[in-house]
Amino acid sequence: MAVTNKPPVTGAGPFNGVLTWFDQRFPLMVLWRTQLTEYYAPKNFNVWYFFGSLAALVLVIQIVSGIFLTMNYKPSAEHAFASVEYIMRDVPGGWIIRYIHSTGASAFFIVVYLHMARGLMYGSYRKPRELTWIFGVLIYLCLMAEAFFGYLLPWGQMSFWGAQVIINLFATIPIIGEDLSVWIRGDYNVSDATLNRFFALHVIAIPMALLGLVAAHLMALHETGSNNPDGIEIYENLDPKTGTPVDGIPFHPYYTVKDLVGVAVFLIVFCAIVFFSPEVGGYFLEYNNFIPADPLTTPTHIAPVWYFTPFYAMLRAIPSFFNMQVWGVIVMGAAVMIFFAMPWLDRGRTKSIRYRGPIYSAFFAVFVVTFVILGYLGVEPTNVWGEFPKGIPMVGGDYIATWVARALTAVYFAFFLLMPWYTARDKEKPVPQRLT
Amino acid sequence: MKKLIAILLLAPSLGFAFGGGVVLDPAPVNLHDKLSLQRGAQVFVNHCLNCHSASAMRYSKLTDLGLNQGQIRENLMLASDKIGDPMSTTLDPKEGKAWFGVMPPDLSLVARSRGADWLYTYLRGFYRDPAAKSGWNNTVFPNVGMPHVLWEYQGSQALQVADKGATKLVLDGPGKLAPAEYDKYVGDLVNYLVYMGEPARAKRVQIGIVVMFFLAVFFVITVLLKKEYWKDVR
Repeated sequence: MAVTNKPPVTGAGPFNGVLTWFDQRFPLMVLWRTQLTEYYAPKNFNVWYFFGSLAALVLVIQIVSGIFLTMNYKPSAEHAFASVEYIMRDVPGGWIIRYIHSTGASAFFIVVYLHMARGLMYGSYRKPRELTWIFGVLIYLCLMAEAFFGYLLPWGQMSFWGAQVIINLFATIPIIGEDLSVWIRGDYNVSDATLNRFFALHVIAIPMALLGLVAAHLMALHETGSNNPDGIEIYENLDPKTGTPVDGIPFHPYYTVKDLVGVAVFLIVFCAIVFFSPEVGGYFLEYNNFIPADPLTTPTHIAPVWYFTPFYAMLRAIPSFFNMQVWGVIVMGAAVMIFFAMPWLDRGRTKSIRYRGPIYSAFFAVFVVTFVILGYLGVEPTNVWGEFPKGIPMVGGDYIATWVARALTAVYFAFFLLMPWYTARDKEKPVPQRLT
Repeated sequence: MKKLIAILLLAPSLGFAFGGGVVLDPAPVNLHDKLSLQRGAQVFVNHCLNCHSASAMRYSKLTDLGLNQGQIRENLMLASDKIGDPMSTTLDPKEGKAWFGVMPPDLSLVARSRGADWLYTYLRGFYRDPAAKSGWNNTVFPNVGMPHVLWEYQGSQALQVADKGATKLVLDGPGKLAPAEYDKYVGDLVNYLVYMGEPARAKRVQIGIVVMFFLAVFFVITVLLKKEYWKDVR
């Protein structure tokens, strides 16, 4: 029926005919308008607003490079390590693809952490964007799972022992733990069976979930419209003549061309790493992972890749109580899950850090520093800062870094758990009516 | 604040530099020095390949070093090997375990897991130790299972303990090579091991420079495009 009713597409020159054909069978022009040319975004986006589109770019990079890797990778304990080296040496251009994928993994987390920091700074999780935020945290969870499963695949020493440590965390759960960890591994040890299922999860299950969640994240965002560095709603200030936000500009072409600049800068940094320093001093590709997995030789120092280390530092710092190891796992899990609660923990009247009071700003700054230091401690062995002298009560003989990590874990949670209290009491500045 | 961030970012790399105990000597790595790489390959097949494999490295790949297949066959391969074969040792794993305690590890990627400086210092750090099973010990890798394979070239060293527990190595039996010559000999070998760890490395940097140039142009175009479109946004 619609074929006859819809007016023909105009303004596309020689493509009018083709576009009309599609538009009468698919909501082409409606989507184009509502999602791009008539989707109004605040005109004051700053540099922090590049990371959303960059995250999408990295997702595409990872999927495409990953497809090419699977063409030569062998998911078996016997051949996995050698097949990666086969890609690095004998497959034409294989090393570029592999370095793109390994750099992309870290780049994904850098971009997503900056994207999340932006959300925290400008209150992008606040009403009415709670769902956008929740989908985002789910994406972050999927990303962690994706990185964890993928890291086993090269079957190096760190792949093997990292997976061993993480899966053993599940074994600390009382009663069901042991069986659960065997169920996850598919064996009593990390083995060929584990590698096979991690491969399946890494290339099919999690990427599908990721794509679905990214779609949901964008749909929720486009329902409410974007937040901005001032944290005020542009849809509350409409132009009486056109009915569009006075402070809004169409996403396309303004932000598509602006995001292209971000893409160019990102690619310069990304390619500099890929071509000049793909290991990044052992942070993106750990040196020990160039040794094939050996179940009989435990490395002296097992550290996860940098993007997990803040949570790993918390895990290591929490002692066992009542003969149970599970507390560290609970704390680590809670540290991630607490992000879901952000929209309801924050009682501030303003969204953006620009108009927040000194208390929130101080808490936020301390939180960021805490996260970075925890990340550093998670990379290093626990004895990195030495021990307290024996004579001191309580802490004598303990590692200094362990106690610092404990204190910082407390600070990390204080940022979230005290939020309802301190955001409600903060002296906030007046918020302007229009974007600045 | 910015300074603090800079310190936080730098701190881990400092930790790596000072960790480990033994001070490592910088290895003279130069992947563009084809002659050094060729000499290193020669040392590798003559002395290392007897016990260690390099299973990720094919003989044919050595054409990267400026050799043709005939030269590789004649100088660097056993008659029984084919040019497309990976470099593998004839040492039986069981014998390897019996002789050295462990099967000598595959060296394809040793320069990537250990680092060039570590290898350079290690190969120059053997000393006589009657207590060790092989009669040799090492400053960088204490109680290593490997004997000093290159001792004929370096000669034998002894570990001298000075006051305050500081130690240093002293040459007490000269070898075929003078100390400076031996350093160069090991340097060539380490250079080759670095090449073998990542044969694409020299090419990677070359391509990277072209990519950077391309992206710089792309960046300028995107900036101009953005400026043009944003002229009418107040």
